[in-house]
Amino acid sequence: MNGLLFLIPIALGLGLLGLAAFFWSLRHGQFDDLDGAALRIFVEDEEDAAP
Amino acid sequence: MSVATASPLVERDFAVPDIRCAGCISKLEQGLVCDRRIASARVNFTEKRVHIACTPDAETPDLVGAFALLGFEAHPIGDAPGEGDPEAASSRELLRAVAVAGFAMMNVMLLSVSVWSGAEGATRDLFHWLSAAIALPTVAYSGRPFFRSAWRALRHGGTNMDVPISIGVVITSALSVYETATHGQHAYFDGVVMLLFFLLCGRWLDSVMRDRARGGVTALLRNMGTGATVLRGEGSGHWVDATALQPGMVMLVAAGERLAADGVIVAGSSQIDLSLLTGESAPQAVHVDDHVHAGTLNLDAPIRVRITAAGADTAIADIARLMGEAAQGKSRYVRIADRAARFYAPAVHTLALLAFTGWMIAGAGWHHSLLIAVAVLIITCPCALGLAVPAAQIVAAGALMRVGVLIKDGSALERMAEVDRALIDKTGTLTLGRPVATDLDAVDPAHRPLLLALAQASRHPLSEALTRGLSALGVVPEAVQTIRETPGFGVAADWHGHKVTLGRPQSPAAGTGLATELAIDGDPLATLHFADQLRPDARAAIDALAAEGIDATILSGDRAEAVAPVARELGITAQTGMTPQDKLAAIARHAGAGHRVLMIGDGLNDGPALAAGHASMAPGSASDAGKNAADCIFLGDRLTPVVQTVRMARRTQRIVKQNFALAIGYNIIAVPLAIFGHVTPLIAAIAMSGSSLIVVGNALRLKAAIR
Repeated sequence: MNGLLFLIPIALGLGLLGLAAFFWSLRHGQFDDLDGAALRIFVEDEEDAAP
Repeated sequence: MSVATASPLVERDFAVPDIRCAGCISKLEQGLVCDRRIASARVNFTEKRVHIACTPDAETPDLVGAFALLGFEAHPIGDAPGEGDPEAASSRELLRAVAVAGFAMMNVMLLSVSVWSGAEGATRDLFHWLSAAIALPTVAYSGRPFFRSAWRALRHGGTNMDVPISIGVVITSALSVYETATHGQHAYFDGVVMLLFFLLCGRWLDSVMRDRARGGVTALLRNMGTGATVLRGEGSGHWVDATALQPGMVMLVAAGERLAADGVIVAGSSQIDLSLLTGESAPQAVHVDDHVHAGTLNLDAPIRVRITAAGADTAIADIARLMGEAAQGKSRYVRIADRAARFYAPAVHTLALLAFTGWMIAGAGWHHSLLIAVAVLIITCPCALGLAVPAAQIVAAGALMRVGVLIKDGSALERMAEVDRALIDKTGTLTLGRPVATDLDAVDPAHRPLLLALAQASRHPLSEALTRGLSALGVVPEAVQTIRETPGFGVAADWHGHKVTLGRPQSPAAGTGLATELAIDGDPLATLHFADQLRPDARAAIDALAAEGIDATILSGDRAEAVAPVARELGITAQTGMTPQDKLAAIARHAGAGHRVLMIGDGLNDGPALAAGHASMAPGSASDAGKNAADCIFLGDRLTPVVQTVRMARRTQRIVKQNFALAIGYNIIAVPLAIFGHVTPLIAAIAMSGSSLIVVGNALRLKAAIR
């Protein structure tokens, strides 16, 4: 029974953390270009190409 | 980065339809910043857009030029995209609500499972209180879209699907709080948040579908000249946006450019392509003092036009007014989900009320009766119904998008499924709407490389047609030197010491239509004729439509002589010389005879008819007005997507009806259980998620359905 005192807040805290992370990524445009993100791993770094 | 950082940067968006791969992304992002005026560029692949930050002195044609240097066609789009867009914002709000409901559902379920597995006494109360602490804020936050919509409906004296949802959610939450406070055995917090989660998923899918199509449409809205080069004093021209054009200005319209305003020609003579405005396929010769209209295409030589009317005053404003009136009929269409809700909502309320009064009469006490009424409300809440329609429609729209069809919203798919007549415009719809070289095969293969070398040096529509035709034949261009283009004549170049030209035919034998001539040192080698051609699969598409039970008729603004051969080749009837009003009248006549009309057209003159048709489609090459008025847009040169869309729409409608049948079947089993008091929160949770999964799974079958 005492375990619940720790486990429930931890479970809720982790859930909230996930929710907060989702909101953060939504606000910072992580979901704006889903197809593009998949392709960007093929793009060479700009630093290499720049003079 | 090579930019003067002193001046503040301006942010602009460009639609670039040709972004196809990772290579395009890196080419654009790294290539654009090489331009001195562009500080940064960011590609949005999903929306086929490029967002750039540039110095304020960079004018639109310069920026478009920077794209052209990299080999991309770019079209400037509105100044305030993204954030300012109310529709995209509502989609975002829904997504946030889905996320909150999803979080709450998982955590409340965690606690509920413990209660169902036998938590007793103080532990159960604690878990119920925790559930309440999670569920109540969630209901307040995620329930807003439903509460708002239900309130709107009630205030106008109507009802919709959101009314039973809102009532159910509020009563269930309140009763669950009471149960918790009185150490009761059953609390329905899990049911409430699960209900919200599933329903919000449906809402969100619906809104995502609209967003996606709208994004595609915005990227396509580019055909009208979005500006013009205005001459100031002698010779010096500068770019003016279409919105800033004023009567009295003199604009320079190059060959291959679309006019941005109505006006009178003050210098030069040319041929003008009116097909988007009137449907007339043959170009019209214009000279000094002739009137020319916005939206028409200058084919031949640069002309100077004194603007007589710009923006809302142009000749097309009249067509726009007709379109507005025609569109009102369509807005009366009621979507299938709302039609279902009309019967469903009162039925749900009555059932819950009956259950309540029935148990009261049976002497169960108000608390027990209310508990049963709530169980009925929760069980009948249109979870599966709310998901059934959007899930099927978004899967269908996604499948259609892969074959190049953009659907503007779900109601378009529903209306498309009902059509039984097709009225089709000729120029630009049945035909490609651009000149195609008709006698390319007659050209000596030895001359083809030379022809391509000259043709690809020019942006004249006929040269572009030649370039396209020859490239398709696999011709490799010859190397030629000192290419120069003479406006109003053509292209000339040096080749092995000879002067080669591609331009206006010198011999009178060339005939009347569009033609060009390849000559070496003045000796004509080959004359090429151009004509607008039928889309390659037009006949097959018309036959396939007929097989689906849809009879097609041509509705053209063109002359009878021009339409007759097309009608003969396709084996369908045609009406010719029609004004926009005539087309509207034709649709009204068919509608009066009880037919549902699918209008397919591209021109400005088709705009009102597209708005009036029960459903409508436009090709991607259509005018702005056409694309705005149409329900669906198909891309590419083929007409088959039209048939695929109709088939897909019908199949979607079948799936939607199956889903409704499934949902009703589920209710037939579950409602008696609820009425007789056998539904515990556990059973409600299983029934709700089970039925939702089944309808979504059924909708996913559409994914493989397209052929």
